[in-house]
Amino acid sequence: MNDVQALAQVALRIREHILSIAAGPIGTHAGGSLSAADILTVLYFNVMRLLPNEPEWAQRDYFILSKGHASALLYSTLAERGFFPVEELATYARSGGRLLSHPTRRVPGVEFPTGSLGHGLSLGVGMALAAKRDRRANRTFVLLGDGELQEGSVWEAIMAASNFELDQLIAIVDRNRLQISGHTEYRMRLEPLAERWRSFGWNVLTVDGHDIAALVAAFAELPSQSKQPTVVIANTIKGRGVKFLEDRKKSHYVTLTPDLHRKALSELHRGEKREI
Amino acid sequence: MIDNAISSDWATLYAGAAGDVYRRSLLALAQQDARVYCLDSDMGGLETSFAAHLPDQYVDLGIAEANLMTVAAALARMGKLPFVNTMAAFASARAYEQVKIDIAYNNLPVRIVATHSGLSAAHLGPTHHAQQDLAAMRTLPNMTVLIPADAAETAKMIAAAAYLPGPVYIRLGRRATKLVYQCDYDFVIGQAVQLRAGHDVTIVATGAYPVLAALGAHDQLAALGISARVLNIHTLKPLDVEALVAAARETRGLITVEDHSILGGLGGAVAETLSECFPTHIRRIGISDTFCDMVGDHQELVAAYGVTPRHITTVAQELCLLNLPGSWLVAYKV
Repeated sequence: MNDVQALAQVALRIREHILSIAAGPIGTHAGGSLSAADILTVLYFNVMRLLPNEPEWAQRDYFILSKGHASALLYSTLAERGFFPVEELATYARSGGRLLSHPTRRVPGVEFPTGSLGHGLSLGVGMALAAKRDRRANRTFVLLGDGELQEGSVWEAIMAASNFELDQLIAIVDRNRLQISGHTEYRMRLEPLAERWRSFGWNVLTVDGHDIAALVAAFAELPSQSKQPTVVIANTIKGRGVKFLEDRKKSHYVTLTPDLHRKALSELHRGEKREI
Repeated sequence: MIDNAISSDWATLYAGAAGDVYRRSLLALAQQDARVYCLDSDMGGLETSFAAHLPDQYVDLGIAEANLMTVAAALARMGKLPFVNTMAAFASARAYEQVKIDIAYNNLPVRIVATHSGLSAAHLGPTHHAQQDLAAMRTLPNMTVLIPADAAETAKMIAAAAYLPGPVYIRLGRRATKLVYQCDYDFVIGQAVQLRAGHDVTIVATGAYPVLAALGAHDQLAALGISARVLNIHTLKPLDVEALVAAARETRGLITVEDHSILGGLGGAVAETLSECFPTHIRRIGISDTFCDMVGDHQELVAAYGVTPRHITTVAQELCLLNLPGSWLVAYKV
């Protein structure tokens, strides 16, 4: 799918699903799901090679949701892409279902269970290394949270990826600048973030994580020709699309009452019209 | 004459530390199967023993054990058979979460070969000792836990574990120890090896010095007229429940001997199992619930915790007295 308008419509539907899940019995990590919705839309509908009917297709690109708490986003994207029926999203965190609030391999399209932060990039290193040694063209995409970069193991993986010249490995940082307790720069400073990745030997791109055309253009240039892994630092807004959640730390985990759910949906659609 | 010839070949074949025999076995296995990968974490020597021969099947992940374990999981998911090389202290504590989630939860065929286990790091001290690794590993679902008693058993173990479907933890020491096995024998994962028959007490041991001490105790007890069965538990998980229940039924009690904390390892596993299946008298010999910062070599350190023929003999004598109908000790205790 190359049409930016059509991709925006997909992103809108994914955000609607996230809000429905947030209105479910236990709520969800809505803020960090909404912030990365445009990124996953572009990856799953424009960039990655995949077959929804054949999740283990040998030539697929791999995707790891390192920030596993954004399960509402991953499930919504996989369902929209046809990995399983959209109706199943209503079973999120409901007894007897398979949609745990951190992804597991019981869900088609999930390569690895995630949730404990700081594992995903190492998984990506292993997958990209195997593909490289086997001379396969599969690319590996890993979505990390920005707060997650405080985990030391991420930097072990960052070091390893450039050491092994894993040019088919692409990390994306959902740079929404908020973690549970507040602004990342006031909790455990991450800046100068691009410089840090660059100094570890990575090719660094910075994009507006809500500009679908810019995301499409950024990924179209990958992989780099420089034998370096690439990180796309996507500047985003936590809770993006719903004004009363945007850029607020309390959007990290949200349980919407029916009233708030209606209000959130109407804000989402109003914002959509404004942008289109 | 023929027996001597075989024994002599055997001793030559399995000369050196278990770790050296493991490295030779790993290279032979990897030369036959390109899926076998050697993952290094600056262990020293693997660059010559392995990488020089098979550079495409070797990955050095540096001094970064968390990343090491997760990369191993991903390689296994991609169809490789990774052997992860690190020390027991780091495999079981520093990188435990990666082992738990990425390897064990996904039930991936990663072989974690952990050296310097128990107190074998000796003078390196408590930072490098691993007295809790068996407790940690055996409580992970899907994990198989193996402990060779000598270099020969290590070679058999690598061959037997190579194609198990799930993850395996293989616990090695550091320096060479005496051979427990003098000739060929059947090694089956999950089946204890009865090294000595006996009907009065059973000594259940795992690892080099504990098994050697158990064999020494067997001889000392024999001189005292006590017949001690000796079981080598080379597989802590899955545990050979049948052999343990038979020992509980046929002898007066069991003594567990291990180079590990008495909490949660072999002693823990045997006590848990038999208290449900066939309650009997059990005595645990191993590292008491303390950090060991004494200076000494491996054998001296485990000896300080009672892993000696003499101490096992004393405990076995007590068990025999305790359990004799009408014995003075029973009367005294009442």
